[in-house]
Amino acid sequence: MKHKPPQMPASGVAERPKTKTQRPHRRILGKQAPEENKIQKKTVRRNYISTSNEWTFELLEKYDREISRIAKDKFKLDTYPNQIEVIRSDQMMDAYASVGMPINYNHWSYGKHFLSTEQAYQRGRMGLAYEIVINSSPCIAYLMEENTLTMQALVIAHACYGHNSFFKGNYLFRTWTDAEAIIDYFLFAKAYIAKCEERHGVEEVERLLDSCHALMNYGVDRYKRPAPISVEEEQQRQKDREHYIQQHINDLWRTVPESKDKKSAQKKKRFPEDPQENILYFIEKNAPMLKTWQREVVRIVRKISQYFYPQRQTQVMNEGWATFWHYTILHELYDEGLVSDGFIMEFLASHTSVIAQPAFDSPYYSGINPYALGFAMMQDIRRICENPTEEDHRWFPDFAGGDWLETLHNAMRNYRDESFIQQFLSPKVIRDFHLFYLDDDDHIETINVEAIHNEQGYHLIRKQLAQQYNLSHREPDIQVFDVNVQGDRTLTLHHFMNNRRPLGPDTIEVVKHIRQLWGYDVKLHSVDEQGKVATTYAS
Amino acid sequence: MSSYIVDRRLNSKNKSTVNRQRFLKRYRKQIKEAVSDAVNKRKLEDMESGDSISIPKKDLSEPVFSHGPGGKRSIVHPGNKEFVAGDKFKRPEGGGQGGAGEGQASDSGEGEDDFVFQISQAEFLEFMFEDLALPNMIKMQLSSDDEFNYKRAGISEVGSPNQINIVRSLRSAHARRIALGGKKRKLRRILREELAEFIETTPKPYSEKQKKHKLALEEEIAALTSKLNALPYIDEFDLKFNLRVKNPQPSPKAVMFCVMDVSGSMTQEIKDTAKRFFYLLYLFLQRSYKKIEVVFIRHHTQATEVSEEDFFYSRETGGTVVSSALELMGDIIKDRYPPEQWNIYGAQASDGDNWQNDQAKCNEIMVNSILPMVQYFSYIEIGQQEPQELWRLYTRLKAQFSDRFALSKVRDNSEIFPVFRELFKRQRVQKA
Repeated sequence: MKHKPPQMPASGVAERPKTKTQRPHRRILGKQAPEENKIQKKTVRRNYISTSNEWTFELLEKYDREISRIAKDKFKLDTYPNQIEVIRSDQMMDAYASVGMPINYNHWSYGKHFLSTEQAYQRGRMGLAYEIVINSSPCIAYLMEENTLTMQALVIAHACYGHNSFFKGNYLFRTWTDAEAIIDYFLFAKAYIAKCEERHGVEEVERLLDSCHALMNYGVDRYKRPAPISVEEEQQRQKDREHYIQQHINDLWRTVPESKDKKSAQKKKRFPEDPQENILYFIEKNAPMLKTWQREVVRIVRKISQYFYPQRQTQVMNEGWATFWHYTILHELYDEGLVSDGFIMEFLASHTSVIAQPAFDSPYYSGINPYALGFAMMQDIRRICENPTEEDHRWFPDFAGGDWLETLHNAMRNYRDESFIQQFLSPKVIRDFHLFYLDDDDHIETINVEAIHNEQGYHLIRKQLAQQYNLSHREPDIQVFDVNVQGDRTLTLHHFMNNRRPLGPDTIEVVKHIRQLWGYDVKLHSVDEQGKVATTYAS
Repeated sequence: MSSYIVDRRLNSKNKSTVNRQRFLKRYRKQIKEAVSDAVNKRKLEDMESGDSISIPKKDLSEPVFSHGPGGKRSIVHPGNKEFVAGDKFKRPEGGGQGGAGEGQASDSGEGEDDFVFQISQAEFLEFMFEDLALPNMIKMQLSSDDEFNYKRAGISEVGSPNQINIVRSLRSAHARRIALGGKKRKLRRILREELAEFIETTPKPYSEKQKKHKLALEEEIAALTSKLNALPYIDEFDLKFNLRVKNPQPSPKAVMFCVMDVSGSMTQEIKDTAKRFFYLLYLFLQRSYKKIEVVFIRHHTQATEVSEEDFFYSRETGGTVVSSALELMGDIIKDRYPPEQWNIYGAQASDGDNWQNDQAKCNEIMVNSILPMVQYFSYIEIGQQEPQELWRLYTRLKAQFSDRFALSKVRDNSEIFPVFRELFKRQRVQKA
């Protein structure tokens, strides 16, 4: 999970509020006249953890202790243990390039990401992420050496208590990932793929990985609860699987002729009987030509994609939750007199740029900022609980005026972006964001504004926005439909069109990758709402 | 406390090196093209520096299923200012791109068709000179400044500490201790036996005389022991060292002659192109062969040997007598680079212009004193014009010395690098 503020200006940190410049002065004063300083401290009755903005390991520990106390005792955030790692910026780029994982197998595409990150960073076009946090137990969070103490505190609150508690509490993460085992699994995967490269050559493995990566988003059963990833089990069963799978496959592709009536009975039965949305799984289990090590590699990519699946579905919630908590916890620190005015001003400056939402016509606009939307919604839930208006009572009878902490925890645990927005997006947030709903239909000459932030529009906008975060709406719905088992082994996929949207220009390339894995011809039909085939891609 | 803070700043860096290398390897072809383009476009001075390389994005896409333009798209945007429900407006130019969906936002946000990244200077040169080599590098010669490898040659009394032979040193120390202490040790043994016998045979209590005798024995034994202990366990002259001797290794030695016309007929543009050619050559030689000497000769009506700096940057003009340069080259070979020891390469750049009466002399020098001695001679003629006198002459020579003579026509800067690659393409080793 990367936390990257959208077009975070470097000046956000450099430009310090005025109170800060006064601080060194006070320190000099303190050195020269310690008594005077003591008196001054007593009169403000402040008990700052630190007054310097340079971080040290002791200070990090102190901040972590205070933040942890507030998070756990006061706000009941339940987290995995934290492992906070301080790294240099180039290490951050490394981590960035390999999808944030501390260990990952080698692949050219990570090199590509690294080069572009490096380029952007060196040209000053982009600030590095403040932090990367990994859904594992212990929860690993990276702090960058270059950050100021304030930023480190922000990151600790955001990542180590915000994201961490989300990873531990949200139902999707609980269902789909096993935080205890993930690091071991990545180790296993890296070692296994390295071994394959040794045996079968780097290029061969690379070709296979290319094909698997093309299908990475189609490696998940959306409606089936998966077995959690566990590394011991993986290693134990890997050998058995090799034998077993081959047997099973030979069975499927049996070429010995069978009796006639049996054949005709089979003809009517499709294989697979029901369309399969987990294309990688289908290939792993059924592709006739794959060798056992190749099946294992497909499996690895599939398992890793499964690990990232919850993150793709909870962007707004996850970031909103973490942002809400860094905001709330750091203010709590301030209220307790543990941090200075300068600290909180610097914090607010960067917080503000993290949750900035450019308007649709701004040159900086690149969609809705999940930090902004998530944070606004979380804040608003608290407001609805604490100071409900008449409108809130009407819209949210269940929790308006209720216990905000409980409501938030409940939302965090049991929702994903789509359902979260559907349930909790309030008219006030819609108004604050000036959300409007556009319809762009290529059957109509014009683009139409369907709804804006008014009484008639709230429901429409909320429904549409929720839909926007629905993965099955966002990504094309493509499923394995049929295999010509008796004949030329052609694999047929169906793309179930949604709102008549066709597939993108890359489609034929992806189909080629599927062919590579399948070993025989592959057809992909785009099927419209009436069940008619609109386009066919074949390879 | 549930948090654990670790300092990872000293952990190994460059975790992405492998992935980066894989990327460079995979897109070798595109990067090479980009490097060639860069070489053609660059200024002479920053020819060799590493740079940002850009290759078309579409070549390195990682395809995934996505929605294409078209169909019905419904999108919620923030920041409404004046729209009300029911507003209709024209689709912006470019079809359905108007409201970019989630999937496209990142693409159009970048707004670039090229993937740009940095490579280092070493990598740049690597890509630039890949597959190139000086042809016909065959003569191996021993000489004083050749490379050496080291060979073991027994044991020596002197040497540097890292070459100490421990077994031999300890053995010699042992021998020395035996030699120096043998007599004393023998005496001590006798005295000890005497003492033991005395103790055994003499009943206690001892008389005064007996006591004295015993004490004397004991003192003598103690004195001998301390003398023996004073023998050093290991001494400086015990040390033995492995002896290694230098063994000269034959290695190919080469000299490269760069000959350039700087006469009046050479326009500034042509000179720049020529400079570019030699500069490439110079970089190439510097990189590919550590032991190579380069001789720069420039000429108009007279030829002079100049430094690299002068060769590339000073300006002179005059008429053209090519033979002067060839003659000088022949002389230098005779004086300093005997062909039996040196692999000699020549490269000449000119606009092809030559004094008519000089042609015969050129021919003679080339045939008699240059071409028989060189491994390879390349000539480039620069300019838009029709082939000139020199070209015609050299074409005839080419037929005669096809194994070691190459010539090529270059119209402008952009052709330099391809021609260069052509001339120095790595070939199978030919036995002359």
